Amino acid sequence: MTDIQNQTEYPGKWKRPPLIKRGWLRWSLWIGAAIYLSLALGTMDINWGRVAEGLPRGQKFIAAFFPPDFTSRWESILDGILESIWMTVIATVAGIALSVPVGLGAARNLAPLPVYLICRSIVAISRTFPEIILAIFAVKLFGFGPFAGFLALSIATVGFFAKLLAEDIENMDPVQAEAIKSTGASWLQWINYAVQPQVMPRMIGLSMYRLDINFRESAVVGIVGGGGIGATLLTAFDRYEFDSAAAILIVIIVIVIGLEYLSGYLRRWVQ
Amino acid sequence: MLQLKSVSKRYKTGDLALKNVTLEIPDGQVLALIGPSGAGKSTLIRCINRLVDPTEGSITLGDLEISSLSSWALRKARRRMGMIFQEYALVERLTVMENVLSGRLGYVGFWQSWFRRFPAKDIKEAYRLLDRVGLAHMADKRADELSGGQRQRVGIARALIQDPALLLVDEPTASLDPKTSRQIMRLICELCDERKLSAIINIHDVLLAQMFAKRVVGLQLGEIVYDGPPDGLGPDVLTQIYGEEDWEATIRKVEDEDEEGAEEAALS
Repeated sequence: MTDIQNQTEYPGKWKRPPLIKRGWLRWSLWIGAAIYLSLALGTMDINWGRVAEGLPRGQKFIAAFFPPDFTSRWESILDGILESIWMTVIATVAGIALSVPVGLGAARNLAPLPVYLICRSIVAISRTFPEIILAIFAVKLFGFGPFAGFLALSIATVGFFAKLLAEDIENMDPVQAEAIKSTGASWLQWINYAVQPQVMPRMIGLSMYRLDINFRESAVVGIVGGGGIGATLLTAFDRYEFDSAAAILIVIIVIVIGLEYLSGYLRRWVQ
Repeated sequence: MLQLKSVSKRYKTGDLALKNVTLEIPDGQVLALIGPSGAGKSTLIRCINRLVDPTEGSITLGDLEISSLSSWALRKARRRMGMIFQEYALVERLTVMENVLSGRLGYVGFWQSWFRRFPAKDIKEAYRLLDRVGLAHMADKRADELSGGQRQRVGIARALIQDPALLLVDEPTASLDPKTSRQIMRLICELCDERKLSAIINIHDVLLAQMFAKRVVGLQLGEIVYDGPPDGLGPDVLTQIYGEEDWEATIRKVEDEDEEGAEEAALS
């Protein structure tokens, strides 16, 4: 033992090998990124004069928000909020209901290749378009109102929820699934006993999270004609009733915070 | 009677996991399948209940040709083969009772299983089996609250409630401590004896295999290289299965531990 230790001189220094092994490539990536950033910043062409003019205008704008006026438009605020809430709830439930089959189909370890490809494309398409674009389409197709908003939010929910469900299924423990399969369970029983228990807690958490997102998006969707509180907000801005707009914003903020708290609580509870 | 006739399995990656395996297991026989990691032990038992489809050869259980069944008939055939797993493979977020009852899934309809409305006979049997493996008080616990040995007992109950003719046991003791390992092996062997079940037990612990099985089959690189009684496992046979190593210690230890095992049995 001691002989061997005396014979070999071991180095006392060690450095972590770099992520990109070739030195020239590593340095040219750094330099390239630096050049690009400085050029990009150069093209932005900031007009400081206009920034200076805009700041006091912004101050006046914010001043017009105060004090927020809850009373004079309270009825339309309440209508808008209630419409947004039911739009959100129905869109979330419908979206998740649609997501379950799509998500099962988009999990490579459950579905045969053709089904997998179809479901993955459905997910990809609905994820390509943000809620606001979907809402514009829906408004063009079905006219103004909450139905368009509901449709836009449901489709967006499918893209979000089915993708995460499929990924969760792909990450499940295959041995538990094998065990249920080996009892002679049918496919549906297998899903119910082996897959569902493994993905359920995360799905409940994600549903709450999606409810939260859908409520926030319902305000955006309303601005392009999808009904709900967004429409009320837009009307308030159009009439230069900034104090009412401020009231609407505060109501939205309170509900979003409440939902966030609730979803956080529920997610901790199901874990 | 389980019969395997020149069964081969080639995975999509091109690895030949089983080469021309022919094996016959009479009713009521407990057989230990030993061999190094990657010898094809897991593949072999998974071919029998078709969790893995064999590439060639035929497998028959009784007079049922398993290797050519449709998916519906395969479900019915799987009910007669209970499987016990290395990492217990309980569904962790289900209760102990649900895990045991999942062994009846092949016998009940979808809605019955969805609403957990199993026939009274099944529920009685589940309680009886839980009692038999010493876990009657754990029925409503979630599976992930149990210790390793307890989980494996639930796994055994789940396999037995299927009312199988054959047990396929994949490394039942690999994640357990030495004492629990023996208790589990003893339990499996006792239950097989009670119910006149045949069993194939994959195990890489040669000592345990020798202690509990009447017949040992050695698998090496997908081929059977030994088939005989446990005391026929001399140094030359073990070298053939596992490769060159000093086997004297292993073989000598068997006798010591046999006594220890007997003491333990007397105590419990």
